[in-house]
Amino acid sequence: MTNRMKEFQTQKTPLFVPFITAGDPSPEATVDLALALQQEGASALELGIPYSDPLADGPVIQRASLRALKNGMSLEKAIQLVSIMREKGLTIPVIIFTYYNLLLQLGEQKFFELAAQHDIDGLLVPDMPFEESKELHEACQQHDLSFISLAAPTTSKERLGEISRTAQGFLYCISSLGVTGTRTSFAKDLNRFLENAKASSQVPVLVGFGLSSREQMQQFEGKCDGFIMGSAIVKKIEELGPELVNEETKEKAIAAFSDFLSKVVPVKKVYS
Amino acid sequence: MKTVYPDSKGRYGQFGGKFVPETIMFALEELERGFLEAINDEDFKKDLEHELTHYSGRPTPLTYAGKLTERLGGAGIYLKREDLNHTGAHKINNAIGQALLAKRMGKKKIIAETGAGQHGVAAATAAARYGLECKVYMGEEDIRRQELNVFRMKLLGAEVIPVTSGTRTLKDATNEAIRQWVSAVEDTFYLIGSAVGPHPYPKIVKEFQSVIGFEAKAQYKEMHGGKLPDKIVACVGGGSNAIGIFAGFVNEDVKLVGVEAGGKGILTGLHAATMANGREGVIHGSLTYLLQSEEGQIQEPYSISAGLDYPGVGPEHAYLKFTKRVDYQCITDEEALEALNILCLEEGILCALESAHAVAQAIKEARTMSPDENMIICLSGRGDKDVHTLFEQQKEEDSHDQ
Repeated sequence: MTNRMKEFQTQKTPLFVPFITAGDPSPEATVDLALALQQEGASALELGIPYSDPLADGPVIQRASLRALKNGMSLEKAIQLVSIMREKGLTIPVIIFTYYNLLLQLGEQKFFELAAQHDIDGLLVPDMPFEESKELHEACQQHDLSFISLAAPTTSKERLGEISRTAQGFLYCISSLGVTGTRTSFAKDLNRFLENAKASSQVPVLVGFGLSSREQMQQFEGKCDGFIMGSAIVKKIEELGPELVNEETKEKAIAAFSDFLSKVVPVKKVYS
Repeated sequence: MKTVYPDSKGRYGQFGGKFVPETIMFALEELERGFLEAINDEDFKKDLEHELTHYSGRPTPLTYAGKLTERLGGAGIYLKREDLNHTGAHKINNAIGQALLAKRMGKKKIIAETGAGQHGVAAATAAARYGLECKVYMGEEDIRRQELNVFRMKLLGAEVIPVTSGTRTLKDATNEAIRQWVSAVEDTFYLIGSAVGPHPYPKIVKEFQSVIGFEAKAQYKEMHGGKLPDKIVACVGGGSNAIGIFAGFVNEDVKLVGVEAGGKGILTGLHAATMANGREGVIHGSLTYLLQSEEGQIQEPYSISAGLDYPGVGPEHAYLKFTKRVDYQCITDEEALEALNILCLEEGILCALESAHAVAQAIKEARTMSPDENMIICLSGRGDKDVHTLFEQQKEEDSHDQ
């Protein structure tokens, strides 16, 4: 585990981990957006790698992926962006979110080299369930990376126990069935699921999928250690896209983005 | 030579597996339990057999293609007539099997993906027969190209849902069906159309298609005093008809040939020759050979036959290629069209464009074999659905001639 990730785990709760798609609307804008997220209180960043066939994602992130792919974004280029973010002052942990095929084609060894070179802290592979990920999980540990595991409301209690026992970084608890995207209701057994997760996990328990407002997050206060927000943020970026890539309007767009964040980030706390 | 796969993790060697989001794992486990219970249940087996016999019209004949054999002057050619099934192709074997399984598992709704609409029609047919609600996901682009099949599915009471993500074709329809399945898993069964997808799907589809191989084997042996044929030839898109017919012969001393769509030729990049030109990768939850960019983005395949137009291939085929048990070859659009014409003229059978790829390869190979040898072609479907494509093709050729 990196020092950044260790520090993340000891931060005051609720933790807040936003997701953005690398390269949407442009690689440069991704750097600016990451810094704005840190400024507005993000505890860590999930950097999504665009993929042609994102099985776990809803329409908002699918569209972001297509835009980013058109901009030529790739796993390797996205990792390289993190060095630029670091130079500009990003100190929070960065977790690379990538579908397995992209990692497989890049090669694990190459991935670990790039991750070390560009100050990556974690890896999340949404289409790699517990059974398939044992080796990668161990390899991450050897390379000081946190392999982020996911659990769902449909995950059996025994399985949840196994997943959370070996969880690194944080445990990603999926709030509802289906794909990513904002929604108004969550899985009906969610509270019990979160209780079980909290009871068996050694790392912070974060809730994600479908969150779009501070009110929604308040429902879960005390039941988890923090939140992950993706589609709501990516949707905002989609709206601001044309302005973010225009030199003249860029600053205004980042300000609008920060303003939006200040209304959704659970507890405003500037990382220092 | 006896092979035991997939293993408990759904692997065929390094291929297969379950590369899916955690949210689907529960559904796959439930499916596997339901499937294993069903195939060990005598009542289920009896129901399935009854439906295959009295509804779909099995067993399908094994036809000796005498004139074609004579024309080529080589190996004797037999046709396993899956084209004579209800709805016109082998797809119904799997649709009936999975729909009965869905019912046994207490599911009220099925969802399916479709490319050209053949599997969609088979799924809608089975849903009507067994009283299940049916939604078919189909790429917007395919809906435009396959208007008549869309209408057919609607006639059968299914709802056809346009998919607008990605390239709006089969691979995206499959992604969308999987995504929707996740959110409705309690009362919904995902009826996959080919021997692809995460474990246990490739195993399930093979089980329900293996009737082709075991029937063909028994029929051939009956005709030839207990002897086996020398070679089996089948077309491969996802690979369900091929894995079905191979199932009867894979543990015997019989040569197996799988035929992929070479499209306009491998060098043009316009093809669906996954095994000739793909690299190991993950698609729809399974590790297999895959047409993809260097970085791993999935590429859109091309073939004149919509049923072979898939960027991946079933993981068991990947394994059979890797272990060299099956010889995989490519046939171009042009060769397939020529073979389709030859079969029409020599045997009075209009086969599907997919099946014509197998016929074309068989024609090449029969010539080089001795008249003492025999081969079986899996004639996976009939060509009625392709008449429009053939008609357009003919018009184009005529205009070139003038």
